[in-house]
Amino acid sequence: MSECASVQLPEQAEALAALEPGTKVLLTGTIYTMRDAGHERALAYLREHGRLPFGLEGQTLFYAGPTPARAGRPFGAIGPTTASRMDFAAPELYGAGIKATIGKGDRADEVSVACAEHGAAYLTAIGGVAALLAECVDEAELVAWEDLGAEALYRLHVTDFPAFVAF
Amino acid sequence: MTEISRSGSGACARAAISPDAVAEAVERACRACAITLRADCKAATAAALAEASAAGRTREASVLADILENDRIAQAADVPLCQDTGSVWVMLEAGPDVLVPGDAFSQVDAAVERAYREGGLRKSIVRDALFDRRNTETNAPAFTEMRFREEPGARLAVMLKGGGSDNASRVVMLPPGAGREGVVSTVVEAVREKAANACPPLIVGVGVGGTFDKVAGLSKRALLREVGSENPRAEAAALERELLEAVNATGVGPGGLGGERTAHAVFVETAPCHIAALPVAVNLGCCAMRSAVFELGPGGRFQ
Repeated sequence: MSECASVQLPEQAEALAALEPGTKVLLTGTIYTMRDAGHERALAYLREHGRLPFGLEGQTLFYAGPTPARAGRPFGAIGPTTASRMDFAAPELYGAGIKATIGKGDRADEVSVACAEHGAAYLTAIGGVAALLAECVDEAELVAWEDLGAEALYRLHVTDFPAFVAF
Repeated sequence: MTEISRSGSGACARAAISPDAVAEAVERACRACAITLRADCKAATAAALAEASAAGRTREASVLADILENDRIAQAADVPLCQDTGSVWVMLEAGPDVLVPGDAFSQVDAAVERAYREGGLRKSIVRDALFDRRNTETNAPAFTEMRFREEPGARLAVMLKGGGSDNASRVVMLPPGAGREGVVSTVVEAVREKAANACPPLIVGVGVGGTFDKVAGLSKRALLREVGSENPRAEAAALERELLEAVNATGVGPGGLGGERTAHAVFVETAPCHIAALPVAVNLGCCAMRSAVFELGPGGRFQ
């Protein structure tokens, strides 16, 4: 088993790609939530403007749709959703500057190829432990797409958020 | 509903289901299930943790410990176990001594809306799968069904089913010649390909038989069985043991990070079917399997 690495985001996002698959990482810093409907919008923006919306270049996307705020924390529960549903957009988003994504499950070969090509990474987080993961989220700020409800784009500040390098 | 309603007279007196009693049980189940690991799943997770720790499988043990810690935090802070608080499935089963009015489910959607709003649960239902994917903002409608059975009494089952584990499920229409072996390979293939998306350790519900639409229901109802319970039919119990061993040999492991506990249990429900058919359904239940079963008690309430 590989040892555990602490990684600051977004500053050290590029370092994730160099870590061995299976390495456990503790992420601290900024990550953004984006899932199905958000990917359709981000991809449409990218294709129209030739760049990512909201200055997401160099950032990490967390495939997650949280539950509402609860018990004095930004979200009651937050955890990874199935990454392969975002495969339709992932290679283009990596190409435009996304440095890492966090989800659960296996992904299409095109995604690992895109990561290798752009020095980016895909990390998995444990599904089904979202009350525990929510304790790593210090702050959440709505950035856009409020109409999407749980699928809105949030900027999170996390501390020691646990994930595992997939590729 | 404090008084049981009766109709008919003498030996024909029948207990009646009231829409209020159904709604009250659904609301209670949504709130409790969302924040509480099912007792049998909790015990199975603890047993798996002890095994993994004793065998020095530290990564597997740490994921299993996280699942138990997650349950503790969820209850202490009244927050959901999982951010996907599911679609709500409600099944009412009634025996010959029970009267079910046509509006038995009429209050269910309002109960779901209350539970999801007051419980801080995520609203995950869109108005139409294809033509209007705007969120209903209430987590209604619930998906309800009614079944009649031979045993007296009634029971109400409620399940909050996650989208990821349902997406990882499948229905396959095998040729009858595929037989038992075909069923085994269908289940193992489904787990090998999709378990990591379904948040293992899993409960694997397997339906065999019926028709194209009925077989999925068999696999879903199988998820209600208690982990550790023995199938009363010897041949089905043997198949369940074989399937569990094969599923755990895939090595997917807790969190999809490798290990021996990919599933806590495999439950098989079979039914008659057409001479040309061997329908098989595999419904995956996640490590935060959320369901509750109530029996109709005195006063017409579900307990």
